[in-house]
Amino acid sequence: MALVLDGVRVRQRGETWLHDIHLELSSGMTTLVGPMAAGKTTLMRVVGGLLPPDAGRVVVNGKDVTAISVRKRSVAFVYQQFINYPSLSVYENIASPLRIARSFPKKDMDRRVREVAEIMGIGDLLDRRPAELSGGQQQRTAIARALARPVDVLLLDEPLANLDFKLREQLRGDLKNMFRDSPGVVLYSTADPAEALTFASPTVVLGEGRVLDMGDVADMYAQPPTLAVAATLSDPPLNLLPGVIREGRIECLGSSFPSPGAHDSGRNVVLAVRPHQVTIERSGSEVLEFPAEIRLAEVTGSATFLHLLLADGRHLVAQLPGTQLFTPGERAVAYVDPAHIFVFDEVGGRLLATSAAEVDLHG
Amino acid sequence: MADIRLEGVGHSYDGGRTWALKPMTWTWRSSRAYALLGPSGCGKTTLLNIISGLLSPTVGRIWFDDREVTAVPTAGRNIAQVFQFPVLYEEMSVYDNLAFPLRNRKYPKAEIDQRVRRVSQLLGLDDHLRRRSRRLDPGRQQIVSLGRGLVRSEVAAVLLDEPLTVVDPALKWTLRSKLKEIHRDTGHTLIYVTHDQTEALTFADEVVVLNEGAIVQAGEPTELFLSPAHEFVGHFIGSPGMNVVPAEIADGVVRVAETDVGRAVGELEPGPVHIGVRPEFARLGGEGTSPGLPVQVMEVDRMGAYNLVHVKAGDHPVIAKTEADARFAPGTVEFLHLAPDRTFLFRDSVRCGSIAPLDAGEPLDSIAPLDGKGAP
Repeated sequence: MALVLDGVRVRQRGETWLHDIHLELSSGMTTLVGPMAAGKTTLMRVVGGLLPPDAGRVVVNGKDVTAISVRKRSVAFVYQQFINYPSLSVYENIASPLRIARSFPKKDMDRRVREVAEIMGIGDLLDRRPAELSGGQQQRTAIARALARPVDVLLLDEPLANLDFKLREQLRGDLKNMFRDSPGVVLYSTADPAEALTFASPTVVLGEGRVLDMGDVADMYAQPPTLAVAATLSDPPLNLLPGVIREGRIECLGSSFPSPGAHDSGRNVVLAVRPHQVTIERSGSEVLEFPAEIRLAEVTGSATFLHLLLADGRHLVAQLPGTQLFTPGERAVAYVDPAHIFVFDEVGGRLLATSAAEVDLHG
Repeated sequence: MADIRLEGVGHSYDGGRTWALKPMTWTWRSSRAYALLGPSGCGKTTLLNIISGLLSPTVGRIWFDDREVTAVPTAGRNIAQVFQFPVLYEEMSVYDNLAFPLRNRKYPKAEIDQRVRRVSQLLGLDDHLRRRSRRLDPGRQQIVSLGRGLVRSEVAAVLLDEPLTVVDPALKWTLRSKLKEIHRDTGHTLIYVTHDQTEALTFADEVVVLNEGAIVQAGEPTELFLSPAHEFVGHFIGSPGMNVVPAEIADGVVRVAETDVGRAVGELEPGPVHIGVRPEFARLGGEGTSPGLPVQVMEVDRMGAYNLVHVKAGDHPVIAKTEADARFAPGTVEFLHLAPDRTFLFRDSVRCGSIAPLDAGEPLDSIAPLDGKGAP
């Protein structure tokens, strides 16, 4: 199975929502990750045939389906807001696409409904109506219905976004196993980097209607090619600091470190560091130092998020392990090892260098 | 500002057949920031609506300090509420929306202006004050709703019902810390309803965990994380949640999958028990040093900042959280070490003891269980 988007462009209300998207996806799961308004839903609607593109083609298994109506495409949708037939039982909700599909043998229907219900963990709820289910169970029903009929393309648009945090965590693991070896193309969109990292499937990073990068999500996390990709894959958010390259060194708020690459003197750069790479204990000799005032310490037990106010009015967040107690108003010094800094060009946000090898996620 | 006391308050939506909220007695202390944490359907919103007066409880009485308000309607309770989705006058400017609750209560003009500007500055709305609300994106509209909830000074409490649902993930972090700063500034009593443990733990002075209509534990974030009193708290707080592994107590020793893992601390009858240990306190590696539990590595999730190593102890799945550069290969056998002061025993989901090392030479009372019960 293969899905190709060839120069897909969408314009709405005078704005370009998708800029000439080129993508080639094969069987199994692909994660589409991006912040709100990145174009994830628009892209899915084009693939599903709900929105005709202004330019470009959608090709499924070598066949141009751009002009084919959604009814005639082999496609299933799961939306963020779970949609079920309120008057039908869970069983009938799951069975409905099978009853409509003429090609599906009726004798296999009962077995198939029970099979997907079992996969989604709602096998004992088949007689209930949607109103009698929790939110998580309703979304499981909606996903089960989308899974019931084998389709070429299954589109899941942030299906876990409206669910409880804990349910999300659990379903994330279930879905990963379910879609890994899917014979069809499964496109799964999310704004949550933890979801993309857990799935560890081929990943497309979308931002402002463009494909910013695609490939292995762990590689992109370790070596983000642009600031926008780094930001999309970082939760808690990246710390950003201004820097300037001068004579082989990068200067930043009164500290400096050797520039990892050969770049012109005077170039302005953005330094990005993840909160868990900021410490308040000196580690090593060549580290950057930022005197700061402690504004807030958020303790979760597994981590302490220390919000620091730097001399120039900027904020820096340090994620420290375990529970550490601080008093707001106290002074502290934040240390950053240059090896953990990403250096991005201020213009265009391209990665100029990481100072040293980031943790190699593939060993 | 007032202490809000619930006295035997419970609610049933079906005439007493089942309790959506089981009768409870509980005090929300003045000026504290509370998070009310639990899964959907646990009774969080019911409890919130009873406090605000949108819902009249089936049983029980509600007090604001020494004033009983059980029969007082919402308008008379002086409570500010922020809902999951923006509630604004769309044709009004952001400024007028923020000023509305103050004008309604006849604040002097100068004070209105001062308060609106203070809240607007804290929430980063200064550039938008003159814009019509409907022209803002939904995330920013919700920030204005938040501002409306916080703009008055003399409210008995500010109730926030999952206020950051429609806000972009990155912005959530900023807003939460703003909210904390505002709380420090104003000393409002805040009750923040959420199903997201990170939100609850980072926001609150005290987290109240609700499950199936009852409070299962309340305490500071660290306490709930480090010493869960109930399996549900262990599961619901922490990401991933606490591992729960079936075990057996015999002759004072705890056994998992045929391996002795430690001495049981607490007055415990022999028999089945659950071991609860968080992924953070389940350490992998080393040799078979006591009480190392041999486990098989099944799968490794690389989460960027850390790894989650899925292992099996006999048939029981366990997750260990390791450094991002730790190397554990699926298929290999490793030893799992349970941090003795962070590994607890549960019966009927309630904590009943803890685990001490098998070869511990030190006296038992140096490792007394945290609830103080069962120490020799």
